[in-house]
Amino acid sequence: MTDTSLDPGFSSPRRTTDLVAASLRRRRRKQSRLKWIGIAAISIAFLMLFLLVASMVRTGWQAFTETNITLDVYIDPAEVPLERLPRGGFDDVLAASLGQMLPGVDMDDRATARAVGGILSNGAQFDLRDRVVADPSLIGQTITLTVPVSDPYDQLNKGLIKRETPETNRRVKDAQIAWFDRLQAEGAITKPFNIGLFTDADSRFPELAGLKGALIGSFWVLITCFVIAFPLGIGAAIYLEEFAPKNKMSDFVEVNINNLAAVPSVVFGLLALAVFIGWFGMPRSAPFVGGLTLALMTMPTIIIATRNALKAVPPSIREAALGLGASKQQMVFQHVLPLAMPGILTGTIIGLAQALGETAPLLLIGMNASITSAASSPFDSSTALPTQILIWADSPERGFVSLTSAAILVLLGFLIIMNGIAIFLRQKFERRW
Amino acid sequence: MTGLAFLLLIIATIAGYLLNRIAARTVRDRGERLHSMTSYHGLFSALMVLVPVLTAILLWLVLQGPVIDAITMGNLPPGALEGLGQGGTQLVLAEIKSISLGQIFGTPEDWKLAAAEHYTALKATAGWMLVIVVALLSLAIIAFARSKVTAAFRARQGVEKIVNGLMIFCSVVAILTTVGIVISLSYETLRFFEKVPLTEFLFGTNWEPQIPLREDQIAAEGAFGWLPVILGTIVITVVALVVAVPVGLFSAIYLNEFAPPRLRSVIKPMLEILAGVPTVVYGFFAILVIAPAIRSFGQSIGIDVAPNTALAAGGVMGIMLIPFISSFTDDALSAVPRALRDGALGLGSTRGEMMTTVLFPAALPGIVGGVLLAVSRAIGETMIVVMAAGLIAKMTINPLDSVTTVTVQIVTLLIGDTSFDNPKTLAAFALGMMLFLVTLMINILALRIVRKYREAYD
Repeated sequence: MTDTSLDPGFSSPRRTTDLVAASLRRRRRKQSRLKWIGIAAISIAFLMLFLLVASMVRTGWQAFTETNITLDVYIDPAEVPLERLPRGGFDDVLAASLGQMLPGVDMDDRATARAVGGILSNGAQFDLRDRVVADPSLIGQTITLTVPVSDPYDQLNKGLIKRETPETNRRVKDAQIAWFDRLQAEGAITKPFNIGLFTDADSRFPELAGLKGALIGSFWVLITCFVIAFPLGIGAAIYLEEFAPKNKMSDFVEVNINNLAAVPSVVFGLLALAVFIGWFGMPRSAPFVGGLTLALMTMPTIIIATRNALKAVPPSIREAALGLGASKQQMVFQHVLPLAMPGILTGTIIGLAQALGETAPLLLIGMNASITSAASSPFDSSTALPTQILIWADSPERGFVSLTSAAILVLLGFLIIMNGIAIFLRQKFERRW
Repeated sequence: MTGLAFLLLIIATIAGYLLNRIAARTVRDRGERLHSMTSYHGLFSALMVLVPVLTAILLWLVLQGPVIDAITMGNLPPGALEGLGQGGTQLVLAEIKSISLGQIFGTPEDWKLAAAEHYTALKATAGWMLVIVVALLSLAIIAFARSKVTAAFRARQGVEKIVNGLMIFCSVVAILTTVGIVISLSYETLRFFEKVPLTEFLFGTNWEPQIPLREDQIAAEGAFGWLPVILGTIVITVVALVVAVPVGLFSAIYLNEFAPPRLRSVIKPMLEILAGVPTVVYGFFAILVIAPAIRSFGQSIGIDVAPNTALAAGGVMGIMLIPFISSFTDDALSAVPRALRDGALGLGSTRGEMMTTVLFPAALPGIVGGVLLAVSRAIGETMIVVMAAGLIAKMTINPLDSVTTVTVQIVTLLIGDTSFDNPKTLAAFALGMMLFLVTLMINILALRIVRKYREAYD
């Protein structure tokens, strides 16, 4: 563009402005290209976020409902004799009562009878057993029972098994669909909210599996993590920020904490495995050990947040306190710390939210074992929410796909709540001096 | 019993506080001038009780298990453990423990039943001894602290000294964590290198960590060359960066220079959401959505894609890293002094030219630092690759193929079996050591670049 203007023979004001205008157009185009690439980049990021959430919702919402069947069960004393309790042919009793609802099906044929019984979830017989054991006078009577159906029928009812699929590629055969339709036509099938998702522990059968064990495990992990990391983190941060002499040692501690915050989480898992479990002999799979490990990981986050919050308190507050005769510790604990508390809490909650989603260290200390009862103390074996997600994601049954997504939605829900609280605290109590 | 011990501790702490405070008040009410406020007299006693007794309880709990185990095993009838290795001894101990819990399988030998009884008795004794020790210790300290209450006693200084000590202890925990990581990793790694030569690990091109479980079993010897594993890690990291760097960079450029402030204040936190999603969720996203999509796309253009292709794991990891890169770039761009920005605009450059020719080069060191931190994140990321990448180590750089990573190997080697005496488990620690060292070096380098560059403009 400068060539022509340097050439005196062809230079005229009109030509120059034309050239400038042309080159300006070109340069502006370049600029708007940069801008549009930026917008495209952000759109890609948001598209991925949307895709992530949408795919979880699309596969996960089905798991929030369950398919139940209500049936009248005649508890046949011949099958369930009083003296054999808690043993007895509860599955046969259930199959027989289903047979009553499907007249015309040949229940004398053992294979057919078993297939009909297979409509019910495997847990149904244990439900019935528990009720009969609790009240043996039920034997010989007819009771009304609502139990979940087994996974294939659940999938069929939710439309996840398509009826158009050729019979050979379908897990539910035509005859079975016909039974199910007859039961549905009689109004025996209901599709309520899946309370079991929150009140049942894990199970091998998708229709019975729930998050109770994982939720309780995660609760213990987080409590342990908080109880250990919060005081330690605040103590360390106060010392480093307010009391530590500025020398090589405190520099070293500072570098050390910054690096600790960036150490891969799986390395903390190795530390826990070697030290806590290997050397100290703590129990495997225990939420307490998980919490301890995550506390070590969360501590740097809390220290960094606390130091920033302490730094933000203006010197005038400190000087006023010292001027009125407070000792240095009185100044810090009675004046600076309360003012910094909202910032500290915000940082802590964000740190805990990270800890809630952390999986790898828990995996290494064995919190991915299949445990079918909820932990009653932090020293019992348990799973946690993220490891439960991993267990279900690895399970082959079709029903676990939507359960995994549902568990992910629950986890994301908790994270949104925790981060929401953090944002609320920040906006409500943040002060600018 | 442990619960009772903690309850005693709490009661003793409160009692110490009240006792000393009341005593200090009586001194004051007699008309003497106290050096410290009454609450400091109380706090002095409370802390004097709390710190040593809590330490004692925790130490007791840590040491109790191993000591009881040792006594139980030492009291076994002579010859019972003859011919058993370390693993066999452990098994016997585990059986005794489960018998003492009432879980009896089969018909154990009589000496095992006796040992289990002994074990149960020892545990009960230990519990009672703990409670007695806690009670006596607390009483002694309370009495000692109570004797200190005089008008001239400098209780505040005493309290502040204890608090100071506690805070120093908290800071030391951070160092202890690092020391613990280094020691535990190096210890197990050294044991690994006793069994597998260092040169084989560093330069071997074969990673097959299967080892025979029994002496007579016919199985491969097991090969521990980490090159294919680290190569797989590099492939996945590169794929992640190819996704994350351009998207993050251009997002940051747009946000920093072109976006209206209100839009920026909405978009920035929304991008951060991507960083807050747990990695296990990304992993499931990769196997549920991305991997099948890549596979069917590959089929439609006639390319054979492995089911757990590096492309899926790396791509999803890239999504996770987008906010990481974009916020570092944004910070670096914002840290460039206004004068450079204004100078470029004043010389007539468009905002786009100012960005590409002035701001971006000036911010480059900070951006490189951010990218390096992203690299260390990608190398250490575990769950996405555990779920979406492969298990078998191959010497390949083809991202369509299935590769494995250091973190995947650590997890798969350690899940289930954790006896610490075979090369398979120890290999995981050797890999962990390498992972720790590599990420540590990258982090130190990156933090140094970021800090140095920031100082240059401040």
